[in-house]
Amino acid sequence: METIIEGFRRAFILIFNLDAELLSIIFLSLKVSGLALIIATVTGLLVGAHIGFRQFPLKGMIISLMNTFMGLPPVVVGLFVYLILSRSGPLGFMGLLYTPSAMVTAQTILAFPIVASLCHSAIISVDPIIKQSSTTLGATPVQVTIMVMKEARYGIMSGIIAAFGRVMAEVGAILIVGGNIAGYTRVMTTTIALETDKGNFELALALGIILLSISLGINLGLHLIQRKGTVSR
Amino acid sequence: MSLRLALSNINKSYNGKSVLQDCSFSFDKNEIYILMGPNGSGKSTFLRICALLEDPDRGEVNFFSGNDIVKKDIELKRKITLVLPKIGVFNATVFKNAAYGLKIRGLKKKEIEEKANMALEFVGLTHKKNQNALTLSSGETQRLGIARAIVIEPEVLFLDEPTASLDPHSTTIIEETINKLREHNRLTIIMVTHNIFQAKRLADQVLFMYEGGIVDHGPNREFFEKPKDERAYRFITGQMVY
Repeated sequence: METIIEGFRRAFILIFNLDAELLSIIFLSLKVSGLALIIATVTGLLVGAHIGFRQFPLKGMIISLMNTFMGLPPVVVGLFVYLILSRSGPLGFMGLLYTPSAMVTAQTILAFPIVASLCHSAIISVDPIIKQSSTTLGATPVQVTIMVMKEARYGIMSGIIAAFGRVMAEVGAILIVGGNIAGYTRVMTTTIALETDKGNFELALALGIILLSISLGINLGLHLIQRKGTVSR
Repeated sequence: MSLRLALSNINKSYNGKSVLQDCSFSFDKNEIYILMGPNGSGKSTFLRICALLEDPDRGEVNFFSGNDIVKKDIELKRKITLVLPKIGVFNATVFKNAAYGLKIRGLKKKEIEEKANMALEFVGLTHKKNQNALTLSSGETQRLGIARAIVIEPEVLFLDEPTASLDPHSTTIIEETINKLREHNRLTIIMVTHNIFQAKRLADQVLFMYEGGIVDHGPNREFFEKPKDERAYRFITGQMVY
């Protein structure tokens, strides 16, 4: 018990002193996950909207596949990206393994199905009457699409936030493809894993507190968005 | 110059079941047409085809400007509008809902504000303009639907049962709005209703539909006093069970 209390005390000291190492780890985490989220959001929105609006062969299968990929095990994604980016892999010549770019790639793969799938769900749950109303008021097909996306905005934002939560808390994939190199590819979750192994709880706990705060912030944001989207009569 | 609408030999079926058979009619400009008939007579389908929301299986729908047929492009679609029985209210303020048609037409902000405010005043919703439209009552929602339609100053306005499921007070407000439109704007209104009394109050011309065809039509008084078709007579005298 004493170890835990002492660990927390030192962790808070690190946080309040704005420790340089701690800050650089947080910054890299946010940079990697943020970039992955931006790429996953752009591609996921496009794919989700395409599936939501268009009819095409194998649509049902693609939706099922996307839903399945929402629960992709991070270590499997890490292994897959590792094999692709390793020297003997098809993209080995790019020398991306053990770089932040490899971590962004892995996290993008994890976030993409979440954004695409939840975006698709949000779009198809918009009342079809919205599309018709928009059309009868003289909207072009593009304007109708924009209107439906606007109506689905709270669902879409929930998807993006859920994806951000997923990649921020993820450790398996980035550990495999990033290598946990100090000052280069070491992020919050991998640091926590490493420092716990070493028995150095103060940094692990400090990062844990910050990670929890971020998670709390994300969930609070999600809650506020969902509440805003539900208009009570 | 206002648009004139003409339909010839319109046929439509869903899943092999015929809904409209050889419907032909020519609508004159600046009149209020009321489409009546029992349930399942094809009124709403007819209206949706007239409003270019659906295509007929066979037959032609043409809008004329003078003697010329108007091309069925987005320009034409922006001169006509249909108010659906269930108003698809956007999750935004009443004002933004009213302004939508103008915004997508690329009007300037000041002009949008002026026209949307005028339309809301016209239907008596000015005091609710900053409220989320999803919080409106059924009657107010219908009025918003009409405001959204009239703000774009259509030449032909289609109304599909705008007062169905409304209380008498809300119905009166909607009817007053339609009458105001008749006085202030030069436009053709084609409206579906089940309400015989409402048809008597509003119509210049009445069309009676039965089992997918227009079986009787005529000016308001003539139609209600001397219907030519036996089924129309039975309908307006309350003998038809529907």
